[in-house]
Amino acid sequence: MSDSRAFVDSTTNPASRRDRSQSALQGNFRKRNADFILDVAFKASAGFTILFGASGAGKTTLLDCVAGLAQLESGRIAVGGRVLFDSASGIDVPTAKRRAGYVFQTLALFPHLSVEQNVAYGLNHLPHAERASEVSRILRAFRISHLSERPAREISGGESQRVALARTLVTDPEVLLLDEPLAALDAPTKAHILEDLREWNREHNIPILYVTHSREEVFALGEVVIVLDAGRIIAQGTPHEVMTAPMQETVAQLAGFENIFDAVVEAVRPERGTMTCSIAGDSGPLVLETPLVRGGVGAAFRIGIRAGDILLAASPPIGLSARNVIPGRIQSLEQRDVIVTARVKCRVEMQAHLTLAARDSLDLSAGREVWLVIKTHSCHLMQR
Amino acid sequence: MSIDWQTFWLTLQLAATVSVVLLFLGLPIAYWIAFSRWHWKFLVEAVVALPIVLPPTVLGFYVLVALGPRSPLGRWWIALTGHTLAFTFSGLVIGSILYSLPFAVQPFAASFAGVDRRLIAASATLGASPLRTFFRVIAPLSLPGLVTGFALSFAHTMGEFGVVLMVGGNIPGVTRTVSIDIYDRVQATDYAGANQTALLLLVLCFGLLSLVYALNRKTWLVHPVK
Repeated sequence: MSDSRAFVDSTTNPASRRDRSQSALQGNFRKRNADFILDVAFKASAGFTILFGASGAGKTTLLDCVAGLAQLESGRIAVGGRVLFDSASGIDVPTAKRRAGYVFQTLALFPHLSVEQNVAYGLNHLPHAERASEVSRILRAFRISHLSERPAREISGGESQRVALARTLVTDPEVLLLDEPLAALDAPTKAHILEDLREWNREHNIPILYVTHSREEVFALGEVVIVLDAGRIIAQGTPHEVMTAPMQETVAQLAGFENIFDAVVEAVRPERGTMTCSIAGDSGPLVLETPLVRGGVGAAFRIGIRAGDILLAASPPIGLSARNVIPGRIQSLEQRDVIVTARVKCRVEMQAHLTLAARDSLDLSAGREVWLVIKTHSCHLMQR
Repeated sequence: MSIDWQTFWLTLQLAATVSVVLLFLGLPIAYWIAFSRWHWKFLVEAVVALPIVLPPTVLGFYVLVALGPRSPLGRWWIALTGHTLAFTFSGLVIGSILYSLPFAVQPFAASFAGVDRRLIAASATLGASPLRTFFRVIAPLSLPGLVTGFALSFAHTMGEFGVVLMVGGNIPGVTRTVSIDIYDRVQATDYAGANQTALLLLVLCFGLLSLVYALNRKTWLVHPVK
């Protein structure tokens, strides 16, 4: 059924568009470094596939493997029907012939060339006139025509990111590898560039592997998310499946939420922009004030709270702006590096981070009664 | 004025020939040293660096033997040209190339190795062959190192003594260079003449090196884009 659907889609699409099912990137390979093993199997269809994970998880290495910049121990990589690497049959297509567009985290614009020369770099095979028209077309599409004569080393960060994208896209790659290309940008600029990129891919329809560790980008872009941890894929699926699934504790921790609870909306106060949610606990519900989101009384959410956003008080605090003050008892204190993680029982168990100095000056120890202070906006709501 | 201009001209010719040959010979060697992942690469690096520490007479001695009629190279050259390589300008060029090799290769290799690897990788992902990557990315970004290597091998050849004496002897207009001329004058207690020649060589080398360092100060100080 799905096969015939794909067939119908591809024939009804304009001829210039590629068949989605044909252009998927498939990788199943193993790479070993001195102290690190990357061992993955994945399929990325046309469109955005997010590679998510902590730094050191192997995201960049994975992209390097697809681009042919890293030597693999074994495995197979193919785009559509074209094999880029296959240890079994000894195929290892050199980087220059893989047609894998790659925008590095550092962008790697050629500093001694102008913007125009940078963008034209990958079009050396075209006749001069055609090259010039392709370059000016993509410069216009990415709104950087006015920069064309400028040396690449003299343009701003946001401009460099556009130039790096344009330089790669103009070569008409069959797969696109983006390594946090927008990491250093402010949100509006980022949204703008992403929209340009989406627009480009509506026409080209190729698989895009997009590395990020920004949770916001995962939800904004992701059709599929692949979560990497220590060189292995620990989850793949839609952002909501992956990021909010209860069994994926590692994922939630990667996203920076040490505390994740199921909650139900109790009351809504639109005039204040807040609502109260209750979390089921051992000895009755724990009620938290949270920011207002769509969904009325009775709606089910998941609340994420970073351990670093929780304050610990040794006596009942007064005169605070924070709306959530919860009494509890320290279960344990665990020191890792210079951070102490306190596990506090307050109907549910919460983790809070504190410094060594704070632990000592408050004279905290297991069994001690404490008060947890959580600002309304430190409670992040996710859909269940 | 007792400066021997014929000797000066010959020395300049020798230095120019050697530095140009080393530019072409040194580039592939330096490229290999900078980018090869061969386990025993350090051995090649050590061989290239040998002329820096060896007494020029040692190097000159072996070059002389290698060029002489008893070595295969010497015999081949004699069969080809009818005379031996030793005590000729060509022999001088060969000896000087070996002697000045590290002064070209080391700055080349250091500047190649200093090129951001991600720029080289970017060039490859954009479909460029290694050769195109070299000429469009690596070489332009290594220009200060190339200029330095070229100038150092030129200046170093200008001032060489031991190898020239061993390989070339002291034939006016053929193998007599400035440094040997100075030595001869001192032997003949012509201190005034020696001083003039030495001073000229000093000023020339200082001027050349100043020019190189001044150029390098200006050329493409590449800062990361951010």
